[in-house]
Amino acid sequence: MTASASLPSDPAASAAPEAWRVEVFRREDLDDPEGEHLLAALREIAVEGVARARLGRGYLLPGTLTRGEVEKICSELLADPVLDEPRIAAPGEAPSPRSRRAQRILVARKPGVMDPVALTVGRALQRIGLAHRTNGAEGERSPVATFQAWELECAPERSALCLLSRETLVRIGREVLSNEVIEDLYVEDEGLRTSVPAASPSHGALHVALREAADERLTEISRDGALSLSLIEMRVIRDHYRAQGREPTIAELETIAQTWSEHCKHKTFCGVIEFRGERIDNLLAQTIKAATLELARPWCVSVFHDNAGIVAFDRGFDLCFKVETHNHPSALDPYGGAGTGVGGVIRDILGVGLGARPIANTDAFFVGPADLPEKNVPKGCLHPRRILRGVVAGVRDYGNRMGIPTVNGGVWFDEGYVGNPLVYCGTVGLMPHWAAEKSVRAGDAIVLVGGRTGRDGIHGATFSSAELSEESEIVSGAAVQIGDAIAEKRVLDALIQARDRRLYRAVTDCGAGGLSSAVGEMGERCGAEVDLEKVPLKYPGLAPEEIWISEAQERMVLAVPPGQLAELLAVFRSEDCEATVIGSFTDTRRLLLRFRGETVGDLDLAFLHGGTPRPVRKASFAPPSFPDPGCPAPSAHGASHEKTILALLASPDIASKEWIVRQYDHEVQGLSVLKPVVGARMDGPGDAAVLKPLADSTLGVAIACGACPRYGLLDPAAMAQAAIDEALRNAVAVGGDPDRTAILDNFSWGNCDKADRLGALVLAARACKEAALAYGTPFISGKDSLNNEYRVGGESRSIPPTLLISALAVVPDVTRTVSMDLKAAGSRLYLVGVTRPELGGSHYLGLLGCEGGSVPRPDLALAPRILRAVHAAIRAGTVRACHDLSEGGLAVAASEMALAGDLGLEIDLAAVPVGPPLASPATSIGATEKGFDRDASRLYSQSCSRLLVEVAEGSAAAFERALSGLPCAAIGRTTSEKRLRIRSSAGALLVDAEIQELRRAFQGGFQG
Amino acid sequence: MSARTHTKNVDPMTSTRALVLRAAGINCDGETVRALEMAGARTDLVHLERILSEPARLDDYSLLVIPGGFSHGDDVAAGRVFGFEMRHGLAREISAFVARGGFVLGVCNGFQVLVEAGLFEPPSDPTGPVAGAGAVRTIALTSNRQARFECRWISLRVENCACPWLVQGEVFPAPIAHGEGRFFVRDAAALERLEANGQIALRYVRADGSPARGFPDNPNGSVSDIAGICDPSGRVLGLMPHPERNLTPWNHPHWTRLPPRAEGEGLAFYRRLVEAASLAPV
Repeated sequence: MTASASLPSDPAASAAPEAWRVEVFRREDLDDPEGEHLLAALREIAVEGVARARLGRGYLLPGTLTRGEVEKICSELLADPVLDEPRIAAPGEAPSPRSRRAQRILVARKPGVMDPVALTVGRALQRIGLAHRTNGAEGERSPVATFQAWELECAPERSALCLLSRETLVRIGREVLSNEVIEDLYVEDEGLRTSVPAASPSHGALHVALREAADERLTEISRDGALSLSLIEMRVIRDHYRAQGREPTIAELETIAQTWSEHCKHKTFCGVIEFRGERIDNLLAQTIKAATLELARPWCVSVFHDNAGIVAFDRGFDLCFKVETHNHPSALDPYGGAGTGVGGVIRDILGVGLGARPIANTDAFFVGPADLPEKNVPKGCLHPRRILRGVVAGVRDYGNRMGIPTVNGGVWFDEGYVGNPLVYCGTVGLMPHWAAEKSVRAGDAIVLVGGRTGRDGIHGATFSSAELSEESEIVSGAAVQIGDAIAEKRVLDALIQARDRRLYRAVTDCGAGGLSSAVGEMGERCGAEVDLEKVPLKYPGLAPEEIWISEAQERMVLAVPPGQLAELLAVFRSEDCEATVIGSFTDTRRLLLRFRGETVGDLDLAFLHGGTPRPVRKASFAPPSFPDPGCPAPSAHGASHEKTILALLASPDIASKEWIVRQYDHEVQGLSVLKPVVGARMDGPGDAAVLKPLADSTLGVAIACGACPRYGLLDPAAMAQAAIDEALRNAVAVGGDPDRTAILDNFSWGNCDKADRLGALVLAARACKEAALAYGTPFISGKDSLNNEYRVGGESRSIPPTLLISALAVVPDVTRTVSMDLKAAGSRLYLVGVTRPELGGSHYLGLLGCEGGSVPRPDLALAPRILRAVHAAIRAGTVRACHDLSEGGLAVAASEMALAGDLGLEIDLAAVPVGPPLASPATSIGATEKGFDRDASRLYSQSCSRLLVEVAEGSAAAFERALSGLPCAAIGRTTSEKRLRIRSSAGALLVDAEIQELRRAFQGGFQG
Repeated sequence: MSARTHTKNVDPMTSTRALVLRAAGINCDGETVRALEMAGARTDLVHLERILSEPARLDDYSLLVIPGGFSHGDDVAAGRVFGFEMRHGLAREISAFVARGGFVLGVCNGFQVLVEAGLFEPPSDPTGPVAGAGAVRTIALTSNRQARFECRWISLRVENCACPWLVQGEVFPAPIAHGEGRFFVRDAAALERLEANGQIALRYVRADGSPARGFPDNPNGSVSDIAGICDPSGRVLGLMPHPERNLTPWNHPHWTRLPPRAEGEGLAFYRRLVEAASLAPV
């Protein structure tokens, strides 16, 4: 196929001009925090002998500058006069390390990889009039490049013999300092160079010989071009072009591949499925969407058809919410992948309706165990620790720079995510109600705003729809993007001004598929023509189809009425944000692509959007067969309840995530009412975040999530409903109104071409519908990522089926917001909900190493009533503290409330309301059931729809009235003595632990 | 914060005009404008480029505020490029603004910008017309000691300083959110001079007002627990914490544990600043 020849699988770097080299190190007598981080990382990978590490921030400046100019740039811009010591090396000169003991590792970005710092330095140089010297010949690329110079020294008293071997230095470079997907590593090698990616062979319209191709050739074309199109799809495309009497151009074929990708089209979820003799036509429409339609909540403003779901809020404002996955890019480059994941979902919010202002971000990560032995990390994968640190840093740096508080999320650890981590990023936006809808009219200009276009992220949409493998790291480097948050902030600043001046009719973001998807979707109902040479480029030499499908970040597309065009361009100019007319919308119902006047694509939009074949996929499901391990007492495994509770608090899923939360600016915009960490010492895990978005209203919004990945393999339906219940009870616990709550579904699944994976998906989706109808809670948006498998050798491993439910709830009155920390001694502690012998997938059984068991699922008749009653009690002001029971059950929830409030708690297990399991009503904790230890079941069962509630003595009667007719019992009291005391159902003292001890366990463990 | 409840004989709503300066990456402009307006100032939010091309606009204001954020991504160093642009395009005008009695506040990134711009430094040539310009920098804000971005609530104490509108000894909470907020001095002499000039305005303390005992009371390793400083005139103040994120009764990290409150402590901070600026000649 000719297409593959022009794609940038491995562009050779062109020769570079010689450059001035500046390395800015901290003053010799000062500490270097970055260097200390490196030393800690070296200890972790067992490299010994390094006494000191220092980071030099490196800059390559054009060789045309004079020494005087470079010194001025150094002293005025690059080096801090109080803190830094810059070193300057003239072009061609190698910089000398400070001492003979220092060994150097340099890390530089690969050609064409986004370098925001270099762009900023370039802009600043323009300010002092050095721009004329620094503009490259093409005038397109940044004249500056950055790199990192690391210097390692061994202890001074030791001889030169202790120098690290080259092999060790390479290992440090690979495992700690660089990611070779996007960076070049130079070990004891000063041969740095600036360069730009090689130009693609210049061409106009190139055709692909498809009409005569047989099946084998069709498969080859799809594979070689990384199109991720199935044989059936390739045949449909071939037949379409046979009927047209011509061959497709590369640009057309690429457009079809992007538009038909699983990522963009959701062809599995919306396809035809055969399951247990039944034919399901469009699973999504029949389950998730059907529930929303049937519920017909009047406050649902815009659901499923736009970039995010929109619900009504207050005083003429709506709220919108979207959660996206960015799994495959984050597996290859956690930092860049997560950062661009955040950037992408923010653009969804900027691109919903006429655009919303982002007010909160959320994130959820599913990764392998932090303590995974190195030898268990599959070839081609990064260690889970490195992945987690990278994705946290990526979310932090993008979200914080955008000025959007990251307020809610979670981290789940499981071996099933080692080869394929999941990274979910969400954004909530606030918009005036009039901005909820958009339209496009023929004659509107197509305006591209924001960042420039390069080869970044080419084939992201098709890549995310394929399986990862050992080779992914090598072949998919181009699919990884690096974000530039400030470029996106400029888009935000300009866009909201333009929106409020009503200067455009429609907007959407450039996400997966780049311009091909954005323009293709906007023009779907009318038509569009684009002149690709008008698209501003980061560097010259992109082929037209590369421009068209590039997923370069921070770009959006607007439809602008001609009369508004001049004013719109002026608004973007005033924010220093590039805006360019690249074409116009038409009434032809065709997508016409030109490059320098020549037609390089001319597609029928009806075929593009409606021509996808809908093959029947087979689905099946057989529940795994484990014997039910019941619920043994901890003593059966030689442990006490006290030790068990401490172990649970310290287990990775449950332990404090404060080290992550504190790296996120969760206060920016000043809207926070309830923070992610709460309580007397600000160390308690809050159930949900609450914001007060409008200055003149006390209406709030709660943001919560739920996920139960350990249930997925055992019972996907129960997993889905438990996740929904968890998200809802988290939202209700802080004061959210269950009747004003909307939820999002984000499925991450294995390869659904395999019947067992697809069967689990069918069951989960149907369970979602059933639960949504029961709770009266509509889904307003969602996304699925259905190819999360990792190939090791010949075996393909699926992740555990994972559903993240995100909830957005209106809080009718923020002054009634409730936090989870115990407030005062002498209160009653109520347990609301039924505790059942449901320990399948529980953390307790996980601790004991038992598999199987009955998975918790909500009682759909009872659960909605419980949530409404608790909400009414909170609204009436009778609740001091409220916390949901989830991972670790009653034992963990009670411990968390006590440590967050820095108060004691006495609990009597005899008072716990119990019932039979919902799946098989044969067992009950109340009866002494074989294999179910009565106290252990009550302490560690993870039954749904349960909340612990602190109520002041004086409010107890009112609270009980609010809960009348529902399972609810006072099971304990708060005390000023800082101990957790639990009595068994027979009255014996089972646990007597110091709160400080609980806190220590909760805060121990992996801290990044 | 109950001190200084004396009657106002000036209506700040009509007399203080505040200019909030913005650049790419500044992102606390929303809460900063809200704080100033709630405190009674007529407030305009203007892009730095507009002021660079039309510096005379500064004459309309008695209060200039640079909010927090990541100006230019904090690329190279926090506040470096914004400060560089101010030094090159606005140094003379800002000096004149302060000299005629105008007030300047920089919060977080705004503080970093003011430090970069040299506004707290003694002029290198005392007879020269431009304070700060060409001065050798003796103070810096640099990476937190833990080399990590940190968002948490801390307590501040007002020190005996040149700021006429701050109430000495007052202790109040505010959140910090920064990666490069560690206050640093070139040498002991620089610290002594700050102290002698009454330039140390705010220190990190414990909630009861007693001295900080390391992290997290002092959340970034700042020298001498310094959270904010002023210039010798007391009209230029920079601080790392964000009082503008503590305006409502519900911002405090444990308001759910406290008796009902009328407002956040940060509002009084801005009210006093706006009131002080209302007396400045425009």
